[in-house]
Amino acid sequence: MERDTDLKQAVLWLVVFAAFALVPVATASKYHLLLAAHILLWGLFAVAFNMLWGVTGMLSFGQALYFGLGAYSVGLMVKHVGPGWFLPGLGLGLVCSVILSLAVGLLIIRVSGVFFTVLTLAFGQLAWQITFRWYHFTGGDDGVQGIIPPGILGNGLVYYYFILILVALAIWLMHRLSQSPMGVLLRCVRQNPSRVPFLGQSVRFSQLRIYVVSSFFAALAGSLMAGADNSIHTDMLYWTTSGEVILMSVLGGIGQFFGPFIGAGVLIVLQDVMGAKTEYWPLMIGIVMMVMVLLLPRGLVGEFQALRVRLKSLVASR
Amino acid sequence: MDVSFIAVQLLSGLTMATLLFLVASGLTLIFGVGNVFNFAHGSFYMLGAYLAYQTVSAWHGNFWVAALVAAIGAGILGMMAEFLFLRRIYGRAEEGGFQILLTYSFILVIDDLVKMIWGTEYKSLLRPAGFQGSITAAGVTMPTYNLAIIGIGLLIAVLAWWILARTRPGRVARATALDREMLGAMGVNVPRTMTLVFGIATALGGFAGALAAPLRSVTPGAGIEVIIDSLIVVVIGGMGHFWGAWLGALLLGEVNSFAVAIVPEWASVVSYVVMVLCLIFKPEGLFAPRQVRKA
Repeated sequence: MERDTDLKQAVLWLVVFAAFALVPVATASKYHLLLAAHILLWGLFAVAFNMLWGVTGMLSFGQALYFGLGAYSVGLMVKHVGPGWFLPGLGLGLVCSVILSLAVGLLIIRVSGVFFTVLTLAFGQLAWQITFRWYHFTGGDDGVQGIIPPGILGNGLVYYYFILILVALAIWLMHRLSQSPMGVLLRCVRQNPSRVPFLGQSVRFSQLRIYVVSSFFAALAGSLMAGADNSIHTDMLYWTTSGEVILMSVLGGIGQFFGPFIGAGVLIVLQDVMGAKTEYWPLMIGIVMMVMVLLLPRGLVGEFQALRVRLKSLVASR
Repeated sequence: MDVSFIAVQLLSGLTMATLLFLVASGLTLIFGVGNVFNFAHGSFYMLGAYLAYQTVSAWHGNFWVAALVAAIGAGILGMMAEFLFLRRIYGRAEEGGFQILLTYSFILVIDDLVKMIWGTEYKSLLRPAGFQGSITAAGVTMPTYNLAIIGIGLLIAVLAWWILARTRPGRVARATALDREMLGAMGVNVPRTMTLVFGIATALGGFAGALAAPLRSVTPGAGIEVIIDSLIVVVIGGMGHFWGAWLGALLLGEVNSFAVAIVPEWASVVSYVVMVLCLIFKPEGLFAPRQVRKA
């Protein structure tokens, strides 16, 4: 992912934002509204994940840990304290995600490459195991149902716009971050870690910072998801959730900032269309993943851009 | 806690350690030789268990023949996976990440194919004839089948060590780990070596799945449980180190076996605690040589 200050892109994304804002106008169906909310929240999760992998080169197989942490702090707050504690639960989830990602991050950035991936996976599965076993506190396999956002947020429409604004704000912040000097440093960490110390910067400190940032936004996506679905489940912490967010990023293109968001949209629509027809959904996404890795490693957005560049040079050479 | 309790737990931990070692050694072999991280290794274990089940229940084969079928079947499928898919992404930028994703997609595909063929219900296998009883010695009762597993595991460990350390194919495998280009220049067919190593490793996994089938039920989710345990083993033992895998499996097997007896509900969490502790104090692996700290 390289820096671009393309005005066209900004306009394009304003159009996408407006399209999401107009979804409630276009359809009265609650189901379509939920689908749009899912695309927004998974999109946020995927963009946050890609700050780790696509930008900094740290493939985490355990971001579900923070996604679930956000969801569970909202859900458990509502379950154990009271229905009005939705927003404090959201805040608690964000604070906890920073503390936990600092603690875990300090441990796991000591290793790199495949080992890093394995350790993120192990920590994610540890959190899943604990949630699964601690039945009387977390509800175990049953999860928590009936999580209704309080007050005016209880209205589905209001909550949708609440999500839209927070997601847009979060993605804009991350975009700013990726264009900032820190974003450049993070790319340097991926491309040439041994030169980072020459710049007077620390590889590990950069990795730790982006790990915390990514986990923070993953927790935000998870806690908003709890309100959108009105329920939480241990599956949100399971490693297949981490796998799904990776697939979204690969599908959209890890080399582009907005690629993962597109990937999330495509995968969720695909799941909506195909998931109802087949019980072998994992097989489908396995095949999609295989095709992307083997044939289209730049992702849909990346391959599209490459194609456009090729066509342009073809036209120019005539 | 009396002595016979400790002895029984030690022995059952040793059984678990042996099975873990068979899976983890394959994982560590592929990584050490080919620098490939096979996330789907647990799926080959699961395939082995199903192949053994199929041989015994549908074709009325002998259990030991079934274990051999499982090993050969998993080995052939492993070689196909390497030859048809993994080989295409060697040397690509950010190869490590894509390898993980590719082998992750194997997990999804293999799991669903197994569900299509054998269904989702639990399958079980009887212990082989001659190993259904148990032996009591010095007040300790132990099923003979578990003792057989431990014996077979030791045999394979010694055999694998002998091949790796003392024979020409073993030397070629170790040389592949060090310098592929130089080895190729000396006339060794490096790609074929990689495929063969992959096949041997997945065969070990399939064999472990067959051996484990009479002890645990055979389910489509078995692969995922096993891969995470073996990952912990290789993290503890130091990835790419043969004896590290053995010691890591031993440690995890024993810890697990005592945890199951003492705190049954939280036994599955204990393995992770061991890993986290190991990571805090020695991130490169407990049994890795000092200087090895691959990026």
